[in-house]
Formats: sequence, C-alpha cells, structure tokens
Amino acid sequence: MKKLTSLFASMVVCLSLLLGACSEEKATPDPQAEVSQPAPVGQSGVSDDVSQKDIVKVAVGSKDHTTLVAALKAADYVDVLANAGPFTVFAPTNAAFAKLPAGTVEDLVKPEKKETLRNILEYHVSVGVYKTEQFTDGQMLDQANSEKVKIGVKDGKITVNGATIIASVPAANGIIHVIDGVLLPQTK
Amino acid sequence: MKTKLHLAMIAGLLAIVLLPSCKPKDTSSAVTGDAASKSYVAPGKYDEFYNFVSGGFSGQMSCYGLPSGRLLRVIPVFAVDPEKGWGYSEETKPMLNTSHGFVPWDDLHHTEMSQTNGEVDGRWVFGNANNTPRVARIDLTTFRTVEIIELPNSAGNHSSPFITENTEYVIAGTRFSVPSDNADGDVAINTYKQNFKGYLSFISVGKDDGKMDIAFQLACPGVNFDLSHAGKGKSHGWFFFSCYNTEQANSLLEVNASQRDKDFIMAVNWKKAEEYIKAGKGKKVPAKYAHNTYSDATHSATSEMKTDVMVLDTKEFTDICYMIPCPKSPHGCDVDPTGEYIVGSGKLAALIPVFSFDKVQAAIANKAFDGQFDGINVIKYEAALYGEVKKPGLGPLHTEFDGKGNAYTSFFVSSEVVKWNIKDLKVLDRVPTFYSVGHLCVPGGDSKKPFGKYLIAYNKITKDRFLPTGPELSQSAQLFDISGEKMQMILDFPTIGEPHYAQAAPADLIRKNQVKIFKIDENKHAYVTKGEKESKVVREGNKVHVYMTAIRSHFSPDNIEGVKMGDEVYFHVTNLEQDWDVPHGFAIKGAINAELLIMPGETATLKWIPEKVGIFPMYCTDFCSALHQEMQGYIRVSPAGSNVPLMFSLGNTIDGKAPATK
Ligand SMILES: [Cu+2]
Repeated sequence: MKKLTSLFASMVVCLSLLLGACSEEKATPDPQAEVSQPAPVGQSGVSDDVSQKDIVKVAVGSKDHTTLVAALKAADYVDVLANAGPFTVFAPTNAAFAKLPAGTVEDLVKPEKKETLRNILEYHVSVGVYKTEQFTDGQMLDQANSEKVKIGVKDGKITVNGATIIASVPAANGIIHVIDGVLLPQTK
Repeated sequence: MKTKLHLAMIAGLLAIVLLPSCKPKDTSSAVTGDAASKSYVAPGKYDEFYNFVSGGFSGQMSCYGLPSGRLLRVIPVFAVDPEKGWGYSEETKPMLNTSHGFVPWDDLHHTEMSQTNGEVDGRWVFGNANNTPRVARIDLTTFRTVEIIELPNSAGNHSSPFITENTEYVIAGTRFSVPSDNADGDVAINTYKQNFKGYLSFISVGKDDGKMDIAFQLACPGVNFDLSHAGKGKSHGWFFFSCYNTEQANSLLEVNASQRDKDFIMAVNWKKAEEYIKAGKGKKVPAKYAHNTYSDATHSATSEMKTDVMVLDTKEFTDICYMIPCPKSPHGCDVDPTGEYIVGSGKLAALIPVFSFDKVQAAIANKAFDGQFDGINVIKYEAALYGEVKKPGLGPLHTEFDGKGNAYTSFFVSSEVVKWNIKDLKVLDRVPTFYSVGHLCVPGGDSKKPFGKYLIAYNKITKDRFLPTGPELSQSAQLFDISGEKMQMILDFPTIGEPHYAQAAPADLIRKNQVKIFKIDENKHAYVTKGEKESKVVREGNKVHVYMTAIRSHFSPDNIEGVKMGDEVYFHVTNLEQDWDVPHGFAIKGAINAELLIMPGETATLKWIPEKVGIFPMYCTDFCSALHQEMQGYIRVSPAGSNVPLMFSLGNTIDGKAPATK
C-alpha cells in the first residue's frame, strides 16, 4: 500500500511537471525586443513637409532665432511647442539675447541650469492665439510659467514688458511675435 | 508486482494522454511559443501590411495593420456614419443616392484592390453593396469613398467587385436573377424560368482617374451568380463565375437549389463580348441608376441619374459563355497566380475540383460539349478538369494562393484551413479555425504576384473566443504565419460588422501616397470661407447660409442672431488649419442629424432647421487644442416675423455689428 501511495505521488509530480511545461510554453513577448527600441521622439520629430510649419519649425527656419532654438533644445522644450497648442510665443531675436550680460546665455544652456532656462522660456509662451489686433494697452497675459506679462499699445507700437514686437509670423499651431528683448521672469 | 506494473503502465498512459491535452483544447491549442513575437509590432512601429476588410452588414470597410491586428480606420462606404458626418453632411448625402432614393445602409461583402499587370498597385480598393446593388471605389490616398455606381438589372450584388488584371473592368454578377428593370416586373414568381435573367455588369475604370462607368452588361440565363475571379496571364480576357441554383428554383432554395449533383462555373470570354459591343451588337436599354462621385476639389459629391445601359444578350452568341460543371453549389471561384488553374469550391462538396484553362480552351476547340444549359454550351466535366483534391475537408468555400505553388482553402463545415499543392493536388497541412471560417486573405492572394507570408481566416462564429459581450459578439479573425511548411496561428482579433472577403498589400505601396491636408487655396467648395475676415451670414429668403471658419480655438462667427422659425440654416464650416491631423468638429444642440468632422482645408455643411425659439449652443466636437473647450458659440432663434436683424460676430474685433439686445 505504501508503495502504491508513493507511485501515486510520483504520478502527481509527473503531472505537475507536465503542467508546468505547459504553462512555460505560453508565449510571452521577448523583453529584449522592447529594451532595444530607440528612445521615443516627441511631436517635433513627426516627419511632415506638407503641413504649414509649426512654431518650432518656423523658429528653426529663422536665421535670427538660432539662440532661441538652441535654448529651446537645451531646455527640452521643442516637443511642447510642436504640440497642438495653440500658442502665442514671444520670440527674442539673437540680437535680443546678445543684449543680456556677457556669459548669461552660455551659462543658461548648461545642463544644471535647465530648470532656470525652462522657466525663462515658458515666460515667453502663452496658451491661446493672440493676434496683434487683439492686444490692448495694459492687457495682462498668463504665461506658461504661471507669471503674467503686460502688453503695451501706444502710437501703433506694441510692447510686451517693454520689449517691442517687431514682426508677427503665423504658424500652424499658433503665432510668433518677434521681440527685441528677452523677457525675464520674477521667479527662477 | 503485477499491480505495480499495471499502475506504472497506467501512469505512463496517463502522461501520454495528458501531454496533448495539456494544451487546452480551446483557445490556445494551435499557438506555439514564438507567436507573440511574430505578431508583435512595438509601440511606434508600423505594420508590414495594410489589410482592407469588408464590413459585411455594417456597410463599411475596415482597415487593419498586419501582423498586429491594429484597427487603423473604419472607412464609411454604404452606410451612414454619424462619427464622420458621412451621409449626414450636405456634401456626402449624394453619395448614398440611388434610383430608390437615399439609402442609408448596405451590406459590403468583398473588397478588391486595383491591379496593374496583375499586381496589386495600391491605388484604389473597391467594395460591393450586396443589397441595393452598387460598387464603390475608395481612394487610397485619402481613404475615402470617392465613387459609387448603382447596377441596374441586378439584385443581390454578390459576385462583385472583382477586377481584370489591369483594372480594365470591375465585374459585378447578380446573385438574384430578376426580370430586367425595363420589363414589366409584375409577373408570377414561379415564372422564374421564362422571365428572370442574370446580368453581369462590366464596369470600366478610368486608367488614370479611376472613374467608373457601366461599359456593358451581359444578359445570361436566370441562375444565382455567387462569386467570380478574372483570368490572368494566359487566361487574361476570361472571367469565371460560380453559379448555383441552376435548378432555377424560386422557393426553398435550401432544398430546391441543391438537387443537382453539379452546378456550373461559367467561363466568360469578355474580350469576345467587347468585340461584339464594338461591332454594335449591343442594345441600349432604358434603365435608371445613380452614379455618385466625390470631388476633393469641391469637397462635395454629386449624384447623376443615368437613363440607359448597353446590354449584350449572350443567348445570341455561342462563343461568349461556356458552362463548366462544378460539384454541389459552388461558392468560391478562384484563379491561381499563373492563370492556368481555376478552383471551384462546392459548398456542399467533399472534394475540390481544379479546372485547367488550357483544357477548357481545348474542349471549346474540340466541341467537347455535354449538351446545353439554357442555350449555353456545357463543357464535359472531365474535358475541363485538371484534377480533384480528394477528401480535403467538408464544405470548401474560398481559396487563396501564396505564389509558391500552394493553395489555401477554407472549410466552413469542418472549420479549418487546408493547404494543398496546386500541381499534385496533395493536402500538405490543415489547421483548425475558431470557428467556421468563411473567407481567407493572403496579401495579394488573388493576384499574379501574391506577397504571401500571412493568411487571415475570417470566421463566422465566435462563441467563446473572446471575453463574452452578451448575445451579440464581434466576428473573429485569425492570423497565420504561412512562411514555413506548416501554418502557424499567431493572432486572434475581433472585426467590424461581418467580414467577408479581404485584401492586403505591403504598407509601402500605400503609406507614401497619403494626403495629410487639403490645401485651402485649392478649395473650390461653393461656400468656402478662406479666412476669418470673409466669414459672414447671408440670408436668401428663408435660407440662412453661415460662412463659418474653424481654427484653433474658435469658430468665426461664434455669435449669430436674427435666425427665425421657419428658416433653414446651413453651416458651411471651413477648417482653416493646414496642419496634419487637426480636424475640427461641429455640432449644434437639437440637430436631428449628426456632427461634422472637417479635415484641414476642407469645407463641410450641416443643415439645421430650428424647432423652437431660444438660444442654441454649438461647439467643436474634436479635441483640437488646449482651448478646445473654449471652442463654442451661440445662435439665437427668434419667432417667425421677428424684427431681430441678422447679425454675427466673433469677440469684439471682427466685422459685423455688435450683437443686438432685446
Ligand atoms: Cu476644434
């Protein structure tokens, strides 16, 4: 009888081994395959030469905004501005950045200053489309960094925090107002 | 000792019995270890193939990616689709016009992609309406139905829409024979044999623009035409139709159309028919059928009612049609990539006859006939037969090809796919499907150059295949890897409506041609508004036309007053965006139709008849932007005879007067 029991026991073991073999057979995706995927690219990486250019593409295409584009890249901000938005972006020219104290830009694009740079860039962005004809003197705009900028309209000249809008360029996902000064937020 | 031995034997036996059964007998039975990796397409990666699947009684066509089974799009064709405004917008309503008026539904059974030199070219995909006979053409640059032509003298457009190897024609054979549209149809149903005819429509397709026109119809004896395929290569110029109900029964076909041991595959020499038409042997016969076309320039459809059709009565010519006997109510009628072998599938048969095109030609030359069927010469079975696949399964339906000399046939009754060799007719492999498979699809599987690699089985019965969803279940499809000797199931996926035939083509053939936006400068819609400054509201009698624009994130105008009871309001909304994948939607409270979904650069129109006085909100239905919830407006409806002037505005900077106050 004892022998019988042990035989049954060995049968159970045999069975469970079989069952185990079964469950191991179940298909699972190769985790290696997922690991080897390249790092995802955001919306700025969408290849599209048919659509109207978005804010990022307009900026990239402007020779007067190379500093701004470098800053957007350093702050990892290009994908946001390639989003559906819509955005109003105040875009300082290279000359505007050059007016900052020497070494400022070089310092801001350092990896450890990423948050500071991002805060500055966000201070140049408003969600919504504000065309020049929609600005009024004294109007306050909410910026992406949670601070406000003040619009001035005087003698046909439009300013933002005192910087002058020298051109306006429509983009697929909003509008760019080119300005001659860099807007500096209160917060860091 | 004896007992021990017995027990050991029992244990061994148990192990043997349990081994196969430890693969559960239901769902995963045919799945092996690498199935997941074979159908896995990583996030952000593309599928290898586009798969165009008929939507059956949904009336639509769906597009899946293979091998992932991702649903990429449902293309509205013969049924209204409120999601896309298809059949609801003023622009698309004419697409569903027929000689019976506006028909909001149909049953789309078969898809067929255009071919050049017998190879899938990725330009268009055709679909058939089975109930109210029509053929649709879908443009694969926009994935939109751009043309629908109705078929006169037809009913149950099942043997359709199969094409010739250069898409010279789309062919549509009638399932139901009926008295011709021009005849007095008020006849006793049991006069089928005298009064009912079967028509085959040859729809010409413009080489460059794809425009369809019924070149001619062949009037044939009254039977049920079921399926068909064009000859190719050596058999180019011929078409092969399966016919059943050659008993010419008009009631209880389940019994009465299954009397004969053999029905027919009808071989049609369409090049010969073309010659007779050119020689003026056809007759222009009065008919009424709609031809609807959609223009990407005007973003609008127009419906034209045609009044005659060219008919060639095959009774008068003995060298167009020939009947080839085929066992037991043939369903599928498929021609191999070389054009030599014609596979008939008798849905009640337990064998598959394979006919030889060369032998058919020799039989015709030698007059190897076995009498006539309703005036058509019947070729002797043996004279046309290449051979039979013996005992392949029960109830063969459809056959596809892999281009490597193999055929794959679906068996409804025995619920399996059988792979067999075309040359030696030997069965090579069989796999079960879950359950009761109908059509099969191999990419390019009915062309001269199949792409092979995968086979999809479209099943009719789902039962326990997926998580249950009450009494109504989605139909299931199963994907097989056919690159090896044995078929390997790698994926299951639910489908839209009831899939019948499907086609697939390499992604690269189609992907590179995709339209991203419609250029606003090229918009020729009669009511386009090309900029906010041009937006306006115009009254013409009781018709109020709103020239409205949509751009992130507002409509212009967004406040409208002066609309009165008794008015018909037309919102002509132009999406000013020129950015890929930024549609705007438009909906207004109480509208008894649907939304508009307007692509960048497009204009679409919603007709709205106010039902009561008050304020009616309207909004953008598509989450277009961060300020999507701000994309809204109001319309004021005043009583008939009210003196509220017509006014419109946007914010405070757009033209138009300031809104009135009561
Ligand atoms: Cu919107």
